Amino acid sequence: MALSGLEIYKLLPQTNCKDCDYPTCLAFAMKLAAKQASLSDCPHVSEEAKAKLEAASAPPITLVEIKAEGGEVKVGNETVVFRHEKTFYHKPGLFWRLRDTEDLEELKRKVADADAYHVDYVGIDLYLDGFAIEAVSGDPETFKNAISAILSISKKPLILIASTSDIAKAGLEGSDGSRPLLYAADGENWETMVEVAKQGDVPLAVRADTLDELADLTQKIKAAGVEEMVLDPGVHHYLDSLQQLTTLRRLALKKTFRPLGYPIITFPGANEEVDETLLAAEHITKYGGLIVLEEFNPASLYALLVLRQNIYTDPQKPIQVQPGVYEINSPDENSPLMVTTNFSITYFSIANEVDGSGWPGWLLVTDAEGMSVLTAWAAGKFDAERIAKDAKTFNVEEKVSHRKLIIPGHVAVLSGELEEEMPGWEIMVGPREAVDINSYLKAMWTK
Amino acid sequence: MAVEIPKEKWTSAVREVTLGATSDEGGTRSHTITVGGETALPFLHFEGETPNRPILALDVRSHKPEDWSPLLRQTWGKAMEDPATWAQAAEEAGADMIYLVLSLTTTDGEPNTPENARAVVRKVLEATGLPLAVVGPGQAEVDNELIVAVAEEAVGERLLLGLCEEKNYRTIVAAALAHNHLVQSKTPMDVNLSKQLVILINDMGMPLERIVMDPTTGALGYGIEYGFSVMERLRLAALQGDKMTQQPMIVNPGEEAWRVKEAKVGEGVPENWGEWERRALDWEALTATTLVHSGADILVLRHPETLRRVRAVIDDLIGPKSAA
Ligand code: B12
Ligand code: SF4
Repeated sequence: MALSGLEIYKLLPQTNCKDCDYPTCLAFAMKLAAKQASLSDCPHVSEEAKAKLEAASAPPITLVEIKAEGGEVKVGNETVVFRHEKTFYHKPGLFWRLRDTEDLEELKRKVADADAYHVDYVGIDLYLDGFAIEAVSGDPETFKNAISAILSISKKPLILIASTSDIAKAGLEGSDGSRPLLYAADGENWETMVEVAKQGDVPLAVRADTLDELADLTQKIKAAGVEEMVLDPGVHHYLDSLQQLTTLRRLALKKTFRPLGYPIITFPGANEEVDETLLAAEHITKYGGLIVLEEFNPASLYALLVLRQNIYTDPQKPIQVQPGVYEINSPDENSPLMVTTNFSITYFSIANEVDGSGWPGWLLVTDAEGMSVLTAWAAGKFDAERIAKDAKTFNVEEKVSHRKLIIPGHVAVLSGELEEEMPGWEIMVGPREAVDINSYLKAMWTK
Repeated sequence: MAVEIPKEKWTSAVREVTLGATSDEGGTRSHTITVGGETALPFLHFEGETPNRPILALDVRSHKPEDWSPLLRQTWGKAMEDPATWAQAAEEAGADMIYLVLSLTTTDGEPNTPENARAVVRKVLEATGLPLAVVGPGQAEVDNELIVAVAEEAVGERLLLGLCEEKNYRTIVAAALAHNHLVQSKTPMDVNLSKQLVILINDMGMPLERIVMDPTTGALGYGIEYGFSVMERLRLAALQGDKMTQQPMIVNPGEEAWRVKEAKVGEGVPENWGEWERRALDWEALTATTLVHSGADILVLRHPETLRRVRAVIDDLIGPKSAA
């Protein structure tokens, strides 16, 4: 993995000439190791040393980019085996697999549906990342036409599934202007596939049945000039997936084993005996990079996208919203005023519910350091004092003419203290769950 | 090129805990179930053993819960009217264990009583031969009153009794100790709190072989990542030799998943949330299987279809060797 300051020092000229603005080569080496300086600041470093340093500083899992006009998917560059050690960075891309033998109009209809698919999860827009199109026809022209059909509807990134270089080439012509992933090179076709990938400057997926063969292949392909690769270890079940993908992650991170230091592509629906959604979920939590789905089902896709969002959240900082007073459905001075915390999941649970119910309302979002109602309450970040303070900071008195504040039912215990902290205010205890806010307001709110 | 598979060397194991007691052992269960015993991270059989598979319990209530999702009420139908019938149906649906929750009130709205709790537990024990967990409704005083009665009624059955929480564990632990049962210790998603509570319970004289720890989890979309990571950390600590983290883990994805809007509500939600039943079932199943991967030894579920799906995943993960 990354070199230590001392190891870097050995590769520097060791003349202490100060041209880099550091007093000594060692001081500069230390800065480099800490990633606080750039190697280009030393004008005297030899080409050989430069190559060595660059190779050593390359991420243990190569970053691979697939792009199209309407978006990009970056995978790889992960640095930990467990998310609590730091965080997982690049969310696995979710793709839907289509086939070029499909009637073009039908294909377009499918693409249009999937392309339009968006769900909002705590203010985050979630969607399918792109399409994988397979040359089942075996005919370059048919493949090209199918790709054009997709691109006429969607600007999302593509994965081109082709078994020969002729077809692959036709595919790249069809997707000109974007940067798809080419799938896949194997023991038989790799030489010609490499040529196509190089010509198109696209990443190349590499498929083999064993890790040994996979490592051999990637080395050959790398020597032939392709840097960006994606591995397909050919997993089809829950157990082989878990063991192979874990092994690949460990090899890359713990052994800096370059031949297998690439993101991984999986096809969780390839095996009909397996529950695709549950295997895709496993690939999300355990080291998948690109996940190609056989089925596009909104309900399952929503669950998978949320899981991906959760697993790839930085454990150090919960997703939060800005504290303040939020307006829902154009409220006026007679509209109800409610209070909640600034944990995104909490905020959106209640905000969406009020919004959906049609009630105009004010939502005071306190600074609870991104914690849920009960967590914040238990941690002393959502108490009477803080609520009263934020009510003042955000001038709720000027927003409403009434003096009623609705608090979450889970913190009913706060009402007495709050009445003391906010003289003149009536504290109303709302329902425990956000879903019940509409019926609560209907029953309790009089203008 | 021969790629060498990196293997971690673990020094310790998760403790084995046996639930239930047969007539030879002073109970009436048709068989016992042992959980725990892992000497590796979940299902990495190449670096250690997983002698016992994660088990699946179904959530059964002493009284029909009116606030459960209509999807669950449809599935269980009339069985929900009677805990013994319900437990039988759960056994038929493939449960390894019954997780019986004593309700706060009876179906008529009257407060639950120790006498009633005894009767319910007796009935359920007669209706099924599976090992049983019994927990209170979640209000300290009521929990204590009901669980003490249950412990006495089912003496020797090695029930899993709960919930033992930091603020309320002594009474339940004492009752479990006196009548040869096990306890479920529950703490809010924190490695140190999990450890501490196990220590406190153990200090009362409860052998570690009779404690299952519940690190608490959140549903998919509602905090599962916290639970997931706390469980991974607990399991790593256990394998590295931290004695008080070596209890098998129980989690309740059924309760968490069926509480959230995605599972509960069929109308007035965004169209792209997709078909309700499938979404609800995926919500429970994904919550559950994700926790299987973070080291859960016992999972409490609510829907029989989820049980079937999660079972298939576990059957594959456990591998041919251990399954034999
Ligand atoms: C995830 C979680 C955590 C995460 C934090 C997540 C976060 N960013 O907040 C972590 C692991 C860090 C955590 C830590 C702690 N936690 Co915690 N945690 C949970 C958990 C599992 C889920 C919380 C959650 O996200 N819920 C979802 C959100 C959306 O719920 P919500 O905010 O309440 O919002 C709902 C309603 O309140 C309502 N609502 C919201 N706003 C409003 C407004 C109005 C007007 C109305 C009417 C309704 C309404 O709508 C929402 C949907 O219905 C719960 C247990 C559980 N399963 O609920 C425990 C829980 C909240 N934690 C608890 C505790 C004790 C703690 C700790 C203090 C433990 C400790 N000692 O370390 C710490 C405190 C944090 C700290 N010191 O830094 C306890 C609180 C006990 C209590 N009753 O006081 C709980 C209940 C667990 C338990 N049973 O013991 N926790
Ligand atoms: S410029 Fe290069 S050679 Fe000169 S001190 Fe800095 S690191 Fe050393």
